[in-house]
Amino acid sequence: MHSYFWLLIGRWEATEVDEAALGDSAADKLGVRASDTFVLTPTPQPKDDFQEELVIRPLHSGDIYASFQFRTLWETDFMRENKVSHYRLFPKSLGQVISKFSVRELHISFTQGYWRTMQWGQPFLPSPPGAELWVWFQDSVTDVDAAWKELTNVLSGIFCASLNFIDSTNTVQPSASFKPLGIVNETDHRFLRYATLPREIVCTENLTPWKKLLPCGSKAGLAVLLKSEKLFHSSFFSQTVHIRPVCQDRECKTTSWELRQTLNVVFDLHTSGQGKREWSLFKMFSRTLTEACPLASSSKIYIDVTDNPQEEYFELSPATPLLSQAVVLGDRRTFSVYDLTQQVTFGTVRSLNLLIRWKSTEGDMLRPLLHAERYVAGYGLQTGEIHTVMYNNHPFRSFPVLLLDSVPWYLRLYIHTLTVTSKGKDNTPSYIHYQPSKDRMRPHLLEMLVQLPPHSVTEVTVQFERALLKWTEYTPDPNHGFYVGSSVISALVPSSVAMDTNITQEQPLFSSFFPCKEESSYFVRVYTEPLLVNLPTPDFSMPYNVICLTCTVVAVGYGSLYNLLTRSFQIEEPNPRLAKKIANFIRRIRGVPLLS
Amino acid sequence: MGYFLSYYTYISFGCWVQNMLAAIIMLIFICFCVHFQNTAGQFFSSGHTNNWAVLVCTSRFWFNYRHVANTLSVYRSVKRLGIPDSHIVLMLADDMACNHRNPKPATVFSHRNMELNVYGDDVEVDYRGYEVTVENFLRVLTGRLPPSTPRSKRLLSDDRSNILIYLTGHGGNGFLKFQDSEEISNVELADAFEQMWQKRRYNELLFIIDTCQGASMYERFYSPNIMALASSQVGEDSLSHQPDLAIGVHLMDRYTFYLLEFLEDIHPASKSNMNDLFKVCPKSQCVSTPGHRTDLFLRDPGSVLITDFFGSVRKVEITMEAIHLTDPILQLEDGPMSEEVQEKTYSYVDQLPVSEIIHQKPKQKDWHPPDGFILGLWTLILLVFFKTYGIKHLKHIF
Repeated sequence: MHSYFWLLIGRWEATEVDEAALGDSAADKLGVRASDTFVLTPTPQPKDDFQEELVIRPLHSGDIYASFQFRTLWETDFMRENKVSHYRLFPKSLGQVISKFSVRELHISFTQGYWRTMQWGQPFLPSPPGAELWVWFQDSVTDVDAAWKELTNVLSGIFCASLNFIDSTNTVQPSASFKPLGIVNETDHRFLRYATLPREIVCTENLTPWKKLLPCGSKAGLAVLLKSEKLFHSSFFSQTVHIRPVCQDRECKTTSWELRQTLNVVFDLHTSGQGKREWSLFKMFSRTLTEACPLASSSKIYIDVTDNPQEEYFELSPATPLLSQAVVLGDRRTFSVYDLTQQVTFGTVRSLNLLIRWKSTEGDMLRPLLHAERYVAGYGLQTGEIHTVMYNNHPFRSFPVLLLDSVPWYLRLYIHTLTVTSKGKDNTPSYIHYQPSKDRMRPHLLEMLVQLPPHSVTEVTVQFERALLKWTEYTPDPNHGFYVGSSVISALVPSSVAMDTNITQEQPLFSSFFPCKEESSYFVRVYTEPLLVNLPTPDFSMPYNVICLTCTVVAVGYGSLYNLLTRSFQIEEPNPRLAKKIANFIRRIRGVPLLS
Repeated sequence: MGYFLSYYTYISFGCWVQNMLAAIIMLIFICFCVHFQNTAGQFFSSGHTNNWAVLVCTSRFWFNYRHVANTLSVYRSVKRLGIPDSHIVLMLADDMACNHRNPKPATVFSHRNMELNVYGDDVEVDYRGYEVTVENFLRVLTGRLPPSTPRSKRLLSDDRSNILIYLTGHGGNGFLKFQDSEEISNVELADAFEQMWQKRRYNELLFIIDTCQGASMYERFYSPNIMALASSQVGEDSLSHQPDLAIGVHLMDRYTFYLLEFLEDIHPASKSNMNDLFKVCPKSQCVSTPGHRTDLFLRDPGSVLITDFFGSVRKVEITMEAIHLTDPILQLEDGPMSEEVQEKTYSYVDQLPVSEIIHQKPKQKDWHPPDGFILGLWTLILLVFFKTYGIKHLKHIF
């Protein structure tokens, strides 16, 4: 109940109130003048809005894919002179970051695991393994590199991640990929920065501050399901934050800021125990739902039932009459909808535990039209070859893809050996942008626009040589290997179903992330695997060995020689016996010469 | 008042009576003042107003699970007794909870049979993985961090802070190993504490170390107000407590295991003092001999409460006075809403504008004068040309 109390935004004004209205004693005790009492008047409707949504998609391998989306929209201007100080649903830490560093768009993701496109299809929001951060700055920023450095440090404090390792050796400035996803006047790629940390680990300490950014925290609504012990016991886990300006309505005369927090997780059938093909909210998250977040304007759960029109493959309980259709990823999918803002969804037990029970295991999966792989070929620790393989599974349409490769400087690429072949023949890219690396300063950047012929495999190969690092530059566990970040493949894939270009129609959140400009194709981004390469590693005990050996040789050899050369020998008299000692003593007293 | 009375008594009584009475009155007055001082003194007797904790695990790799569990148990106790996350700097050199070898992800257990998960659901690790280095540790202690370091990674203590520093890992006689690649020596640590003392960064410091030969690390301290505890003497090894067969590694070290058991009995209002802490883990349980050093500490250890370092106890004084507020606060109006109709419409940008990309002109780089090498090369070409053809033939060319 108290949450409703602080929903009222008050305007404080001084008003005149009768002295009789206030008890005299009360006024005296408080020591306030009666004329200075405060009256709360509710303001016109708030300008921010929060929606939450969970999409559950059963996969053909028996695994289950759950995607949480939380969106906060706020009509405000972070760039004006008077700093924004009253935050309601929008988290203050992110708002301060946006205004201090003049950020136009911010996209950050933390992922554990690799998305298997061939088995699981396309994700709603793709992300590469490790941490990825790309930011568009406003046109008013004069020193983008300094702002980028400070921004990464601040974000590392907010998300408890080692984002401070992002520096010039792993930051690139793409020239054609990663166009802004929000409203923009013009795109000058000087204000874009992109960096990945493929080695970054995701654990509870990253999830906890992410949950704290939500208006209801993890106390109410869909976020109660986010328990780390279950979420990290999965095949794939990814949490992201996306901030961008969006259109408010169809005319798009005003913009508002959108904060999207998404969490994608794929639960494995066999590691969750039992092996029975039966999923429920309790089995996935060890929790059930009891209420929606009171601050949310909409709170829904979507279950993908497109492959199950007559309930022949799986059974969904409790049954729900609501059905909705949405065009997502080039396909028209049907969803059963549970609306958590309606009390009837929770039934008599006041809790919702969805149950999906499989009846048969047949069924065909829609093959993804585009997917990619990458691997290192070659042997030894001197040279190697990077192969990037892209598959176009469309039977008759070809489409262009933009490949972005960012390779660290210690793999010296030989660009004259770059070859792009499709179906055995040479396939010249229509656009190549290559920025060579500088040792210890910046990485390689390779961007190519390649046309993929229909139903073909395109292979991009480039040879490289491994560099020898200075012995202080090795990590404490160098024999693990060094990571090369994932390649990014951005493409406009032809769609079999007309995509919806109407930006403001009530669409579920998961289908309205990438803006759609034309109906016949949809935008998709595919990430390849990161590579793990071994660099020639020295034996770190060698300095110690060398010092010991040298010191020993010097001490033994030179020391002995020095002693032999500089020592002088004297004859020493043997010790006299006791009687002789006493006799000599008496003789000394008498002053008589001593015995020999 | 005393003087007045003494004057009065002088007039009415004899000399010695007057002196006696004056003395008694002065004594009563002084006693009253001292008593008043004492109650106020007891209020601030510990001398500190805030608590900080720096908890460091310095070992990497899965088989050093127990060091992370050690640090997390102390973290858990310190949080439970009241120190907030903003006042704790937690440094874990490797990730055990989400390690792929962990059969129960997102958990770190301290007791066999997975009884107690010390990782929990609300943990904030400030330095993790490769960030835990000797340099970063010393920078945190001395406060010399780069300006862009976020607040959660800083030790913002002042001269009224009590700091708890806990180190665990692999160590030897006079050093502690960080992440298998570097080490910190006891001299460096003592100098860092001296820097902290000179910059007035602590009021009192409790240093606990759980490594082999841990007592060697506190031998060199020379700054005042430091109390140190170690799990073993020089020449002895600290041993681990118990393995768990499901996880496959040793879960905790003995000293910290019994320290955790001792701390689980402490609550924020407890009156246990440091002498109880010195008795934790005797030789019969620990196999090694825990040691402690109190000669640099000004107060008597028997009067130092455990919660002076492990908890964050606030003393409050209730007042019945009324406070006068200033003039009423007026909320800032949200600026006049831009009434002018925005003529331009905004729009989204094409994600893959193929034709635009193909015809993209390369970025005009600033023109730089030719490099030294290029200049030298051109000079060489020109020289060779003049040498072979001679100057007078130039007129044919130009």
